[in-house]
Amino acid sequence: MSVKKFMYVNRKAPYGTIYALESLEVVLIGAAFDQDVSLAFIGDGVYQLTKGQNTEAIGQKNFSPTYSALGDYDVNKIYVEKESLEERGLTLDDLQHLVWEDEDDDWAEKDSIRLVSRAELADVLDEQDIILSF
Amino acid sequence: MSTIDVNGKQIEVDEEGYLANLNDWEPAVAEVMAAAEDQELTDEHWDIINFLREYYEEYQIAPAVRVLTKAVGKKLGKEKGNSKYLYELFPYGPGKQACKYAGLPKPTGCV
Repeated sequence: MSVKKFMYVNRKAPYGTIYALESLEVVLIGAAFDQDVSLAFIGDGVYQLTKGQNTEAIGQKNFSPTYSALGDYDVNKIYVEKESLEERGLTLDDLQHLVWEDEDDDWAEKDSIRLVSRAELADVLDEQDIILSF
Repeated sequence: MSTIDVNGKQIEVDEEGYLANLNDWEPAVAEVMAAAEDQELTDEHWDIINFLREYYEEYQIAPAVRVLTKAVGKKLGKEKGNSKYLYELFPYGPGKQACKYAGLPKPTGCV
């Protein structure tokens, strides 16, 4: 089986619809197939990665800790669009610090999140074989 | 919904035997589930069960077998971080069987 470049584009706020959780589950399940996986967070999708989420009042499971497991699943290319953060008054510091361990570099911890401009993200999207939008 | 009897307490499980409610778990639940499958639980089994519970606590998911294997190797030593070791402990599959005893849902990414 040849390796394809998969991109999961996340565009919705984490709660209120099922899109964010569904996307995360598809990514985790899909990771078993050893493909080249990237994630992008744009628009309200950037809220999915924010720190300190508390879902108690809406009676739903807070699945935000699961993003920290993505590194274990070899998902370590997480693109966040700069303009989407700025438009919402957010910075990288408002997001979880997601890392992965590089087996080829003595398990050094490396950042998974790549802050990119809208134009840069367009180029990244252009390189993909398959784009799944949530 | 069926139930299992744990020291006289009726605990709900789904059709595959996984706990319906994660908060119902106690070590005796694992003992009862294991006894039903003629599986003895040694310290080595408990290492994995406890590891899975900690993983779930931190990440809110049951890890895929591949992820479990890697993480066990890192935490409990290289000689334990391989699927042969884990399958010897849990012949029905380390993901499914160990997660069930640990009171977790069926692993995400278990295809």
